[in-house]
This record gives sequence, C-alpha cells and structure tokens, in this order.
Amino acid sequence: MRIVVAKPGLDGHDRGAKVIARALRDGGHEVIYTGLRRTPQEIVRIVTDEDAAAVGLSTLSGAHNVLIPKVCDGLREAGLGDVVVFAGGIIPEQDRSPLYEKGVRAIFGPGSTTKSILEFLEMVSSRKKAAESVGVGEQIGWRWNE
Amino acid sequence: MNETTSLFESAKSGDRRALARLLSVLEEGGTSPVENGSGDSIGITGPPGVGKSTLIGKLIDEWVSRGETVAVLAIDPSSPQTGGALLGDRMRMVNADSSDGIYVRSLATRNHPGGLMDCLTPMVDVLCACGWDHVVLETVGAGQSEIRVVAFANRIILVDGPDRGDVIQAEKAGIMELADLIVINKADLPNANRAAEAVKSALSAGSNIDVPDVLLVSAHSSMGVSELVDSITELQSSKDRERLRIRERLISAWDSALLTSNLFDESIRAIETGNMTLNQAVGHIRDKSN
Repeated sequence: MRIVVAKPGLDGHDRGAKVIARALRDGGHEVIYTGLRRTPQEIVRIVTDEDAAAVGLSTLSGAHNVLIPKVCDGLREAGLGDVVVFAGGIIPEQDRSPLYEKGVRAIFGPGSTTKSILEFLEMVSSRKKAAESVGVGEQIGWRWNE
Repeated sequence: MNETTSLFESAKSGDRRALARLLSVLEEGGTSPVENGSGDSIGITGPPGVGKSTLIGKLIDEWVSRGETVAVLAIDPSSPQTGGALLGDRMRMVNADSSDGIYVRSLATRNHPGGLMDCLTPMVDVLCACGWDHVVLETVGAGQSEIRVVAFANRIILVDGPDRGDVIQAEKAGIMELADLIVINKADLPNANRAAEAVKSALSAGSNIDVPDVLLVSAHSSMGVSELVDSITELQSSKDRERLRIRERLISAWDSALLTSNLFDESIRAIETGNMTLNQAVGHIRDKSN
C-alpha cells in the first residue's frame, strides 16, 4: 500500500512518526514521509499527488481536535473519500470519538505496537477488497479496536 | 473511452488527482496514452547526502518564480527483503506542497531494476503531454541500477559536494561520462573550489568526449541557483553521451528481460543444487528466450 505519514501543525517532534514510517516500510509498504509542520491543505495535496491509499497523522501538540478534522474534510472535498485516515501520538480518550465520527479509522497511542498498526492495515486492505466502508468519506461505523 | 484515456484527458485539463492515478496505472504496467519517448526530462543524480533533494527544492523555487511549472519524479530503492520503501525526498522540497505549478511524485524501484524503467519513460511522456514545463528525475547515484535510471533522462546533471572523495567513485561507476553538467553543491563550505578543480582535471584527463561544465552552487544559501537554471535551459547533450546512455538503457532492458524470465528462478535453483553451471544457465536462458 502507498501510505503518507504526515506531521500536521507546529509540533516539532517526529521520532514517533519516523518509527512508524520504518515499521510500515518493514511491513512491505511504500511510505512517503512529509517532514515536520505541514498544514492540512499541504497534507491533502501530498496525498493527492502521491496517489496514496492511506494517510497516518502523527500529532503530539494537543491540536489534534482542530488539525485532524481539517485533513478529513479536505480529503473529502478533494474527492479522496476512499483514502483511509489513521492517527497516532498523544490523543486523550475523550477526544477520540469525535475524530472517529470525522472518518478516522484507527487511533494509536502510547503503548500501541507497530505490529497492531500493520494488522490494522491488513484489515484495511481486506475491507477495501470486499468493498466495505473504510475510507474517510465512506460510511462511518467500522473502526479498529486494539 | 477507456480508463487511461479519460484520466489523461482530465489530467491535461489540470486535474491533479487524475494525473496521480494515471501515473499509478503506468507504474503498474498500463499502456500509455501518449507516444513513447515523446517527453523530455532532466535527470539529477549524485552520491547520498550531497543535497540533491534540497537543490531540486531550490531549482523548483527558481522555476516557479520565473512562471514555469515543474514535475519531479523522486526515485528511491525498495527494500529487497520486504518490498517496502521509505520515500523521504519531498520533505526537503518544502514549497512543493503549496504551489499549483509543482508536482512531486515519489517512486520506489520495486525490486525489479528493469521494471521501474519500463514505466519511467511513459510517465515522463505523460507529464510533458500534460504541459509541465520541466520534468525532473531524481535518483541516488550509488549503484549501477541507479545510474541506469538516470540514463533514461534526456539531460543529466551530476551533483557532488566538497571533501567527499566521491568524485573518483563517480568516475569509477561511470556516472561522470554520462553527465552533461556537473554541480558542486555546498559551495558555501570550504574546499568547494578545490573539489571543482579536482572534477575538472579528472574530466579533462585523457577523454575525447567534450567536457561538461562544472558549476559551484549552494542550495543552502541559494548562491548560483539562478545561474544553474540558466545553464539547464541551454543544456544540450552530445552524441557521444547519448550513445553511452543508449548503452545503459539497453543493459537495463536486458536486465529486465532476465529478471522477468520464468527461467530465472529455475536456473538459480539448478545452480544451487549443482545441476547447472553459471555458463550453462546463461546459455539456457538465452536459447530458450529466443
């Protein structure tokens, strides 16, 4: 799968994003890493140009409630409703359900293993093949439970 | 109208998503809607860490400020073990994600050295046909298969840095003979002049091929970037270098034919078990594929 790993907003720490990028590569995926401090518009542009099937958003700054929905809306507006959005970093439990309602399909926090992220992506592939909803613009409902 | 043609029509009218999808179709071996080889590209290569991506970022800025558009195909190797790839070139092209005049696409070599090349030419053709003024191929010049990638470009720029000792490596690997222009990046650092002189003397020694220009550039401070863009505009390849490139392309096509042959795995097993020698295997594959 072609996957964009992105760092939205002003947070300057990308150790986690880089670990994820490597783990996905080792899992056989083609990973496009954006580098730090991307705006939601830039991330949508990158996903478009790279024809990526999924985008992972890493945020540690606390701005996830603003930034992640903006990326989701932007993808839908750009006609990329089939792209799968997942998130990671520091996202407190009480903030998660609004993000799931925006179309995020998985949120990985501290303690998540890279193995579970790869399993999530396998599940994504099989749902895509079966034409079951998994994209950011498709029917909300299914999400990954660790 | 089939899928490729309709994507192409949309891409020509400026639909980036259609363009991205079309490039994926070509990457997976789809038929190109454009005449093969009609495009024109600039290949940029050089050892790891000399600042190719950063330099391309600066070239992009300069072209865009002149009102021209740029598409970049940034090529990185896939892991031979897992098939995965980490594509990080665009993080150094910081303005690439905001302007409509820039398109950047990361490509993984996908473990078949010839395989990617099969789709590179159609990709360049399509980008040119969609009206992108400049199409740049970026690849790490660290091994033979990467040199062969860059040999698919119409004009080639080799980037090196001061104090690297890579010039001699590049010479050994045969990239220098292919280059139409040589850039010494990081010219803000000491010893850049000396590196440029070393390259010039290496080039002029005992070669009949006309010698490419050597430019000093600093992507960090933007020094020399505007002059580099001017040189690229006027850059022409010579007949001798064109012949060398055709040679590399032919070897690449040959590799591709070998790697995709159904006798390839069979021959490896036969050699492993001692049922065949290397020479017998070569003969076997060559005879059977005629």
